[in-house]
Amino acid sequence: MNTNTNMSKTIVVLTVLLALAASGHAKLNVVSTTADFGSIAQEIGGDLVHVIVLAKPTEDPHFVDAKPSYIAKIARADVLIEGGAELEMGWLPPLIDGARNSKIELGRPGRVLCAEGLALLEVPTTLDRSEGDIHAMGNPHFMTDPMNARHAAERICAALSIVDLDHSAAYRQNLDAFVKRLDGRLASWQKQMAPFQGKSVVAYHNSWPYFANRFGVKIDIFLEPKPGIPPTPAHLADVITHMKAEQIGVILVEPYQNRKTADKVSAQTDAVIVDFAQYPGGVKGSEAGYVELIDYLVNTLATALNRAQTSKE
Amino acid sequence: MKTALYRLLAAIVLMVPLISFAADEGTSTNMIDELRQLRLRTEALEQKVSETKLTAPAMTLGRAGSAYMNASFDVLFNAGWSSPADTKEIQPGCHDPSQRGFSIRNAELALDGAVDPYLKGFANIVFMTDFEEETQLELEEAYALSSCLPYGLQAKAGRFYAEFGRQNNQHPHTWAFVDQPLILNRMFGEDGLRQNGARLSWLVPTPNYTELTLGMFNGQGGDAFSFRYTGEADTNGIDRVYGHATTARNLDGLGDFLFVPRLASSFDLTDSQTLVLGASAALGPNDTGADTRSLIYGLDAFWKWKPLNAEAGWPFVTWQTEVLGRNFEAGEDSAAGLPAETLHDWGFYSQVQWGFIRRWVLGLRGEYVTGDKSASEDATAERPTEERISPNITWYPTEFSKLRFQYNHTWQENAQDGDAVWLQLEFMLGAHAAHKF
Repeated sequence: MNTNTNMSKTIVVLTVLLALAASGHAKLNVVSTTADFGSIAQEIGGDLVHVIVLAKPTEDPHFVDAKPSYIAKIARADVLIEGGAELEMGWLPPLIDGARNSKIELGRPGRVLCAEGLALLEVPTTLDRSEGDIHAMGNPHFMTDPMNARHAAERICAALSIVDLDHSAAYRQNLDAFVKRLDGRLASWQKQMAPFQGKSVVAYHNSWPYFANRFGVKIDIFLEPKPGIPPTPAHLADVITHMKAEQIGVILVEPYQNRKTADKVSAQTDAVIVDFAQYPGGVKGSEAGYVELIDYLVNTLATALNRAQTSKE
Repeated sequence: MKTALYRLLAAIVLMVPLISFAADEGTSTNMIDELRQLRLRTEALEQKVSETKLTAPAMTLGRAGSAYMNASFDVLFNAGWSSPADTKEIQPGCHDPSQRGFSIRNAELALDGAVDPYLKGFANIVFMTDFEEETQLELEEAYALSSCLPYGLQAKAGRFYAEFGRQNNQHPHTWAFVDQPLILNRMFGEDGLRQNGARLSWLVPTPNYTELTLGMFNGQGGDAFSFRYTGEADTNGIDRVYGHATTARNLDGLGDFLFVPRLASSFDLTDSQTLVLGASAALGPNDTGADTRSLIYGLDAFWKWKPLNAEAGWPFVTWQTEVLGRNFEAGEDSAAGLPAETLHDWGFYSQVQWGFIRRWVLGLRGEYVTGDKSASEDATAERPTEERISPNITWYPTEFSKLRFQYNHTWQENAQDGDAVWLQLEFMLGAHAAHKF
């Protein structure tokens, strides 16, 4: 009996030691520029990663302040996830220079460019700033298409697996679960949007071409006369004429865009203003993650389009 | 039965470490080596596989314009009027509007890019028009920045603005006002503290941002105004600084270099408020004696508020203040009847910017500079007490252009008050460098 308890004690001690050895290294530090990549990294990394998102989900991703505290965060990162399509070019480069972290240098496995391997839309043939804020590599808001999110998830998983080889199986498993969930939802999202194929919707800024392509709606009229240029009365008058002629009943506005402008247009067209966001947490009800965000977007847009349709009839 | 099973399990668990202990040392090292090699091979293979899978893209990504080098050309064009006919009396800065009418005091060609995997290169070449509208050319900055040092270290070498305070190493187009603060003119001369040299910086591994830098420079000439600078010749052809005759000192040892240490730290007070604090110093010899030295010290603070749903960066409020002091040891000048003395100067500027509605920014700056009395009348006259108040308003059509209107009222000891109004147009071509905080 006595030897037995001793032995049990030894077992307990050994098991604890083995467990400690297995979880020997701390969580992986993952820094993401925006909340879309961040939420996906969290799903794939689970308990194995500690995710820090730099831009707040309500923040204008083109104009994030390069706060010095972000330098300290990137300095400690094992993995840095960015879009890689110049959306963050106004603030990320000085942070990376300041952080002097060789793990996240371009070309290292710790640096993830989610757009790499994607065919971006609206790649300009000439670079001309008189056309407004044009991105040389194409429209950078690619994450609004769930298929592109799937691509980003694969890239994030590949990076985590290389940087933290011991847990590559776990990352792979989480990726599979995420993709399965995404694919499952995609079918039902497309079903939800099926009645509105070819319908036109107005947006404040040209953030939604990928979303429009995937779900068969048209989002090609904007309150901004040119990307990044604030709305002018003359342009808004044109937009209102268009909306009346084509019976467009929905305006998409993101958290950082000028709501008053949308209100004015709505007052003259009876259009419904829909709160849209590119990032989980940008609007109420989208906090839980990327899939929940698209859930929210599809639900609210389908509801608004439905209402616009019935009110016109 | 159950106990037997437990015993068996326990035996197995215990056996594992025992087996490895039992094996002789040579074998275990071999085994570990083999395992390590296997692991390395697996990693290499995994990476290869993932790379081949991932880099068969529909497009390849470049960075910022997909070129070896980013190039931009930024012009600051001034128009305006000052109450003194010689504008320089109240606008001493090199890049300030320099005359009544029109002036271009900063047209800047900026180049930057990765040199190789180890270095980044930066160059700023500035064109200015003088009073005769002749073009002056200046190699303002040309330096390499390391991108490969371990332990949070980073080295910079070449010609560059010393990292002292907040505004000294900012380029004129990023300033909040059309001119340089008076205190920076007093301490560093008309074009800031800018030298050939090197600096090492360490990003201190604290949870917030803390950076320690140490710059080492020649510390000579007009761009190191308070240090080894012989000054301008008087009517008798004798070079003087603050009345004291100077002789050009050579570097005689390590102590003759100009050293510029700095400590900066940032604090995110809330998600929408950040405070950056810094302390700097500049120490080195000056040319008024054989062993005379100058010490400049400064504190700086920058605070910014920007809500989390700001559109294109608006609205926002920033507050920026720098306080600087100087002890300038002037050597004995027996020919002029001047004793050895230490000249004390200090001053500050404090400025607020309010981006009240998209594209529009209101600014207000207050300044104060003073110097104590000296045995030399020249030294007292050249270091008067000055105050200046400057309201301005700026309109930014995009981040590539701006239109700024500024009014200055200057009080000067022993001189008439000065007024000036300036309209400044900025336009930038090419790759816009990202904004530092």
